[in-house]
Amino acid sequence: MLFLAMWTGDIMFENTYELIVFILNFIGIYDPIYNVFEMFGLEYLLRIIIVLAEIAALFVFILLTVMFLTWMERKVVAMVQARYGPMVTGPRGLLQPVMDGVKLIGKEDIIPAKADRWVFTLAPFLIFIPALLVFIPLPFGESLIISDLNVGLLYIIAISAISPIAILMAGWASNNKYSLMGAIRAVAQDISYTIPLALAAISVVLLTGSLSTVDIVTAQSGTWFGFIPKWFIFLQPLGFILFLIASIAEMGRIPFDFQESESELVAGFFTEYSGMKFAMFFLAEYAHLFSVSAIVVTLFLGGWSVPFLSSIPATFAVLIPIISLAAFVIKTYVIIFFAMWLRDTVPRMRIDQLLNIGWKIMIPLALLNLLATAILLTAGVF
Amino acid sequence: MESDELFINMGPVHPSTHGVARFKLRMDGESIKECTPVIGYLHRGTEKIGEMKTYLQFIPYTDRLDYIAAFPNNYAYVKAVEELAGIEVPLRAEYIRVLTMELNRIVNHIVSIGSLLMDLGAATMIMWGFRERENALQLFEMLCGARMTFNYIKPGGVREDIPDGFIPKLNEFIKDMEKRIVDYEQLINGNEIFHMRMKNIGVISGKDAVNYGWTGPTLRGSGVDYDLRKYEPYSIYPDLDFKVCVRKEGDSYARFIVRMDEMKESLHILRQVVDNMPATKLISMAEYGISPMTGTPTAVSTYFPRIFTPPAGEVYSRIEAPKGELGFYVVSDGTTKPYRVKIRSPSFCNLTAIPSLVKGLKIGDLIAAFGTIDVVLGDVDR
Repeated sequence: MLFLAMWTGDIMFENTYELIVFILNFIGIYDPIYNVFEMFGLEYLLRIIIVLAEIAALFVFILLTVMFLTWMERKVVAMVQARYGPMVTGPRGLLQPVMDGVKLIGKEDIIPAKADRWVFTLAPFLIFIPALLVFIPLPFGESLIISDLNVGLLYIIAISAISPIAILMAGWASNNKYSLMGAIRAVAQDISYTIPLALAAISVVLLTGSLSTVDIVTAQSGTWFGFIPKWFIFLQPLGFILFLIASIAEMGRIPFDFQESESELVAGFFTEYSGMKFAMFFLAEYAHLFSVSAIVVTLFLGGWSVPFLSSIPATFAVLIPIISLAAFVIKTYVIIFFAMWLRDTVPRMRIDQLLNIGWKIMIPLALLNLLATAILLTAGVF
Repeated sequence: MESDELFINMGPVHPSTHGVARFKLRMDGESIKECTPVIGYLHRGTEKIGEMKTYLQFIPYTDRLDYIAAFPNNYAYVKAVEELAGIEVPLRAEYIRVLTMELNRIVNHIVSIGSLLMDLGAATMIMWGFRERENALQLFEMLCGARMTFNYIKPGGVREDIPDGFIPKLNEFIKDMEKRIVDYEQLINGNEIFHMRMKNIGVISGKDAVNYGWTGPTLRGSGVDYDLRKYEPYSIYPDLDFKVCVRKEGDSYARFIVRMDEMKESLHILRQVVDNMPATKLISMAEYGISPMTGTPTAVSTYFPRIFTPPAGEVYSRIEAPKGELGFYVVSDGTTKPYRVKIRSPSFCNLTAIPSLVKGLKIGDLIAAFGTIDVVLGDVDR
């Protein structure tokens, strides 16, 4: 009933907060609770509690996802490399991430003697928090969004741009030449690849006329001629490729893993970190992997929209919101799998080659793409 | 643009220095201004040990020189001793020796290419390579009970005959390997980034390479047609049909391709060895109670006498090991122990060219160039 009403458009929610309030109303406990809070004049406190609950749920979701991703990465690598991967802890090694966490918590937290203690300690948090903040305007499904910012895309790009600062802090504070070089590489790379990333995203914004992620997804629902989904990948094939490459560079994965460069710089900017601080970098890396893949899906692969749902009989319409969440997660995992697959197949580039490609090929192409989109839009083709 | 010099100490503990090589790098940003290799971290005084042990006792120590490919080490020393003492070797033993050495050449090139790719950031090749290497190591295990340090080749022959079931397994390995080499080429050689990283990097002319004392696949990558198996034939190599793989470019890519081609040639040699192996079970003259020294029956056990005294004299004997020319200079003063053992190891001579090879390149290129030179530190430091 509830879902049917949602799907048919009788009830629409802007974000998860409204959804939660609606569900509480639906089972009839919202008013009593509200009255209790009103008695003490603390209505705003209820709102804060609900928002905190949302954030807690998101946090748990991200942590579980990251744990699963580390397991998945190992399994995918193992598949490609003709190995088994983790098999001992839990069924098919599923509990391996838990064991890793336990091990990392149990490790001694070493701060090098000549390190800048404050900056050294602050850096892991500064890299982890933006990795979480990026999730706020991400639409996971119908109504499943923490906050539908009207500048959502800009917010995402701006928040992602904080992580180079944290990396530079980590690299500088470690007082280690490998760390410093890794940090310098990472910053050079992030700056050069954020530009094509943003330019490719702006092309999409031109098409939708809105920076809100929900608007971008809604613009991609439906089909052309009844069989081609109205995803922006078909309108922006070049933009998609540029965005994907730039995203992988932003994630810092092979072939662009210069912040780590294991065989050259030992472990890059987190060479000196151990224990939970190291785990923070690790968590941030995988949270980043998920969020960036989710942004690719949102911008180019239709987000949570499922193209052929209108042909489903009305009796199954109850399932549609769940299907939308599932569609989003599946699409995201396809991109994640691609990134993992790429990591196993190609070698790392060289830093000057990376920058050459970024500045000499990616940015001109992205500008060209933007120009072409604008011209076609003005000509009324799209 | 000039900036402050950065001194980086790379190694002896570093993920991609293939053991304990150490480089003192003077860097200008990412570019190498000067590279000074420092060796000696694995020095075990092997040459001195040679003077302290009897002729037979020293054979296991040679296994520890180039531990990736130990059969050629055994053979090079044993060949020197045989030349010194004038020992005759049955034909079947020579066939078995060549079989083991060529099999070991394949293993060496697999490890070399695999670790090169791992240094470049593509870890898949080494896993695939180790899968095939495992099959080869099992063959070695069947042959002599050891997987890496064999102590198998003895003066006058080999320690034991080929066990039952060895030849079918070897044929299986050859068949499998032919397919795998195609796989490797598709994985590595079809990759644009790999070409970007390898071509025109670490270029050395044939003349310079000869002046540096380069030998083996590294020299042949610079267009010098030099292979001791062909031009100073020993053992049964004159009877075998194989070609010397040479590339003209002299860059990292050429050295890599030479190794790939040599694996194919080694498979070709292995097939000939299997087909032409003499059926007689005579693998060592000493096995039948014939003194290798005098050719007359002796009372010693069925094995080679533990202590024997070659006539006073000196001999320099060299072979084409997988990494290049491996020479043993053995001086006998007519006692049970050598007066002097000098080892001319290919890794050491090839390593000396690193400073000029990587001048002006990036750190990533140093790793790539070092990987293509294929150095084992046990062989460098002795």
